[in-house]
Amino acid sequence: MSTSAVASSVHSLWTTAAEPLDKIPAPHIEYVQLSPVLIVLGAAIVSVLVEAFVPRKGRYYSQVFLSVVALVAAFAAIVGLAAGGYGSTKAHIAAMGAIAVDGPALFLQGTILLASVVAIFTFAERRLDPADHGHKVDSFAAEAAAVPGSDHEKAAVKAGFTTTEVFPLALFAIAGMLVFPAANDLLTLFVALEVFSLPLYLLCAVARRKRLMSQEAAVKYFLLGAFSSAFLLFGIALLYGYAGSVSYATIAQVVDGSIATVNPALADTMGNDALLLIGFAMVLTGLLFKVGAVPFHMWTPDVYQGAPTPVTGFMAAATKVAAFGALLRLLYVVLPGLTWDWRPVMWGVAIVTMLGGAIVAITQTDIKRLLAYSSIAHAGFLLAGVIAATPSGISSVLFYLGAYSFVTIGAFAVVTLVRDAGGEATHLSKWAGLGRRSPLVAAVFAVFLLAFAGIPLTSGFSGKFAVFKAAADGGAGALVVVGVISSAIAAFFYIRVIVLMFFSEPKADGPTVAVPSALTTVTIAAGVAVTLVLGFAPQYFLDLANQASVFVR
Amino acid sequence: MENLIALLIGAPLLGAAVLLLGGRRLDKAGHWIGTLLAAVSFVIGLALFADMLGRSADDRALHQRLYTWIPVEGFQADMAFQLDQLSMTFVLLISGVGTLIHVYSIGYMEHDERRRRFFGYLNLFVAAMLLLVLADNYLLLYFGWEGVGLASYLLIGFWQHKPTAATAAKKAFLVNRVGDMGLSIAIMIMFTTFGSFAFGPVLGATGETSEGKLTAIGLMLLLAACGKSAQVPLQSWLGDAMEGPTPVSALIHAATMVTAGVYLIVRSADIFNAAPDAQLVVTVVGAVTLLFGAIVGCAKDDIKKALAGSTMSQIGYMILAAGLGPIGYVFAIMHLVTHGFFKAGLFLGAGSVMHGMNDEVDMRKYGGLRKYMPVTFITFGLGYLAIIGFPGLSGFFSKDKIIEAAFAKGGTEGWILGAVTLLGAAITAYYMTRVMLMTFFGEKRWQPDADGNPPHPHESPKTMVIPMVLLAVGSVAAGAFFEFAGFVEWLEPVTGFAHGHSPLSATTVTTATVAVMVIGVGLAYVQYGRKPVPVVAPRGSLLTRAARRDLLQDDLNHAVFVRGGTHLTRSLVYVDHTLVDGVVNGTAASVGGLSGRLRKLQNGYARSYAVSMFGGTAVLIAATLLMRAV
Repeated sequence: MSTSAVASSVHSLWTTAAEPLDKIPAPHIEYVQLSPVLIVLGAAIVSVLVEAFVPRKGRYYSQVFLSVVALVAAFAAIVGLAAGGYGSTKAHIAAMGAIAVDGPALFLQGTILLASVVAIFTFAERRLDPADHGHKVDSFAAEAAAVPGSDHEKAAVKAGFTTTEVFPLALFAIAGMLVFPAANDLLTLFVALEVFSLPLYLLCAVARRKRLMSQEAAVKYFLLGAFSSAFLLFGIALLYGYAGSVSYATIAQVVDGSIATVNPALADTMGNDALLLIGFAMVLTGLLFKVGAVPFHMWTPDVYQGAPTPVTGFMAAATKVAAFGALLRLLYVVLPGLTWDWRPVMWGVAIVTMLGGAIVAITQTDIKRLLAYSSIAHAGFLLAGVIAATPSGISSVLFYLGAYSFVTIGAFAVVTLVRDAGGEATHLSKWAGLGRRSPLVAAVFAVFLLAFAGIPLTSGFSGKFAVFKAAADGGAGALVVVGVISSAIAAFFYIRVIVLMFFSEPKADGPTVAVPSALTTVTIAAGVAVTLVLGFAPQYFLDLANQASVFVR
Repeated sequence: MENLIALLIGAPLLGAAVLLLGGRRLDKAGHWIGTLLAAVSFVIGLALFADMLGRSADDRALHQRLYTWIPVEGFQADMAFQLDQLSMTFVLLISGVGTLIHVYSIGYMEHDERRRRFFGYLNLFVAAMLLLVLADNYLLLYFGWEGVGLASYLLIGFWQHKPTAATAAKKAFLVNRVGDMGLSIAIMIMFTTFGSFAFGPVLGATGETSEGKLTAIGLMLLLAACGKSAQVPLQSWLGDAMEGPTPVSALIHAATMVTAGVYLIVRSADIFNAAPDAQLVVTVVGAVTLLFGAIVGCAKDDIKKALAGSTMSQIGYMILAAGLGPIGYVFAIMHLVTHGFFKAGLFLGAGSVMHGMNDEVDMRKYGGLRKYMPVTFITFGLGYLAIIGFPGLSGFFSKDKIIEAAFAKGGTEGWILGAVTLLGAAITAYYMTRVMLMTFFGEKRWQPDADGNPPHPHESPKTMVIPMVLLAVGSVAAGAFFEFAGFVEWLEPVTGFAHGHSPLSATTVTTATVAVMVIGVGLAYVQYGRKPVPVVAPRGSLLTRAARRDLLQDDLNHAVFVRGGTHLTRSLVYVDHTLVDGVVNGTAASVGGLSGRLRKLQNGYARSYAVSMFGGTAVLIAATLLMRAV
């Protein structure tokens, strides 16, 4: 490219941007179709106002009420939209091409909302720790801004402060997650990513116990998240350079050659495959970071361990759903023409993720880290379904996400129950003999572990079977073999925990199992119910996922 | 009416569920619930029976299809029942005798703190046994077959605190597995041959099938029958099964479950009719067991084990009769029913004696009990007369018919079988008289029990006595009733019937039967009635000693199967330890080692994590570009 050409293109960029403003059409927003997101966002804003204006005493109850009502209303809106045919026949792209309203989007949003409702219940749990200075306490710091161990903190505890800000933060995060899998252009994708990531960084930092660890986790998460966002953003820029547009549909058309030029200003770079491939790989990095795929997974164990356990459960379930939704849309809508380019790369990622997660999990001694590595392995299994590149691949991933998120939240909710003087007793040695002391809790946890391991008659089996079948039908037989091998490796450490709980002698100074309030009980019961229902009678939900497996383009 | 069939099974099944899941709050009422539900089943059975009598002979079978049990295309089995005359006979026997034994158990198990559970198991047994005889396909029959096996296992080992009971239960279970294997293989062959499990398609298509296949099916069915009905060579478990509570011995190990093998063979009559070789083996097994059980029965001092030997021997009669084909099926079933009455009665009598004698089972420590337990004595005595075939009592009619049919088999076989059955009748008379004399006559040889309490024999409570009386009535009258009410005509539409042509006239056979019976009784009287019975058993002849050890069956099993199996296992364990474990442990260790090494990468520094991400992205980009370049 000659110097003059560069100069002229720069000039044309300037002139394009300097077009008169009246040419920008007034945005057309389909409020009804976007109502789930709008309800949650609206509630989040009201929630901030509650923090500002409602007296401290009333905040907890108003926040819990507001959050639950908003999430349920948003879910009702999803159901309404799906019943109105927006998941199938009336699927289209709303908000000036920014947000897709289609089957996968509605299914994933519904899953995120349901998971969020039960996760919010665990946020609101105040029965597990004994009251401090006569005030009920939850999992969050009295005042997150206070330096751990300082007099300021002690005063805040004494005054009975609680971080009710977690509710607006969670609502913002949920709103972002709702947009993420529905985003239909790269900028919306990025904005949604930031909208749900930033509140999560904060949520990780506000644990009541082990505050330093929690803050360290938050900082790590933030740094690495910012790093990955940078990759994503750079990738977006490159893709824009390639296609002259950030819209998924347009990029797809440029890729398959049905549009020659979009933006005359970018005539020099457009259609340059190097930009496409490098940009794609960088966007992929951003998404694989969020799903926790190897080698972008390293934040997962540290953050899962350090974050308050209710937040870990929420994050592990809802983030994964949102991120896989976005990944699916990117690969299936934007890059179907590139299948032969991305499949081998994703094969590699899936294999190292499955094996890496399962193998490293074996030597873990902390239950939260163990579950973190388990979530990495599960990300690998999900990637196998993504790679299938068939409609059944989409539906199997949708089903798997629904099944997995309930097991995960349930499992982390059980982790919050097992406590000793220092808070949650997460070291595995403390769990020895739990089955003797609290058979019910141990049995429930065993159900979740069996579901993680993919034992038949649990949702884990139905999900894994669907994903592997889709992968095998999609020509990824070798991947399925690796998947089964890593499932076998993974089964080892799940079963080891069961053995530990039921066949070891309890320790004398072992932890006690707190009796939770109805909130956590409901969460765990919902987890068990979904696990068993999707295990015994998965057909209805598989059909539902099947019907929801068509992306609008 | 056919809708009632499922209720027959449903009532006791409900009982089992309620009693086993209900927990301790049902301890007080459990036995009544169990008994009531067994009785409900019996009443429904009677209603169905009355209904069946109201219809013409070829229109008596009822069918009920509940749902498709296994809805796999090309492999379909229904939860469906068939109630014909054969099933009806069993239903009345199982629920009738079953109810009586439930009543008896109320008294017998009164002091057992786990009585509720006992009744739960009994109900489970009744339900499973009814399922076995009501199933309209072999797969469902197999379900019931395994169900009774389970109930039998649970009940033999009911007093699991006794190691002998636990071992006996395990033994019964293991030996039965061998037979069950036969049944499952038979069903597999059936499915591949006929493409179905249902009685109709399987039994209806025997005409178009090669004799070889039918023989194979028949032999496998026989293996199954041998296991369940304690026939040689799978008879070893029955004696030990007497470790269970006596009502269990009466119901399961005398009257009903152990006759399931006979049912199986008679039900599969079409297969055996078309496979004469299999039939011959059936008769041989029957004949051998008949003598085997009888000889063992002569040597046992344990009253229940003597009766167990007798059960084996009597079932041998039935199996033999079933092997004779259409000339024998009806009589096999007839003997089965009469035996159900008198053997159950005898066991209940034995239980009553034990109840009065501090649970002593050694007959050498009984003696002279007739004065102390008059009702038990009379009812047991009637059962005794019935089993030895005293003219006019039920055993006389049914056994006589089998002996006649054996002769009617014809040729040398007929003579041999006839002679064996006659010999068996003589030995039966001998060992039963021995039991009778040692228990109720002679001197008192009572010994104090382990705690030093001398026995105070007394008559048992009403709940125990009434069933004994009713069964005694059956022992007396059933044979004559069947003979004159037309049992043959009743069953003929199902099993078929052919008149045998015996080389000896009916009168000759009857006379001979009575004669050998008298000889048997006489011999026993000379040995045990005329001179006192020693409390400690004399050493005895070689045969006696062998018979006390169940004719060395256990030793044979031990030498061949247990030791052979142990050696096989040891060599497999060796291979497993060195080769398989080596590979497995090696893999596990290397995965574990890898895990430990990979774990070190997770060092907690955000900078290292960022490097990993950076490197990962670089590899992603490189790989993507490379893919395009290739």
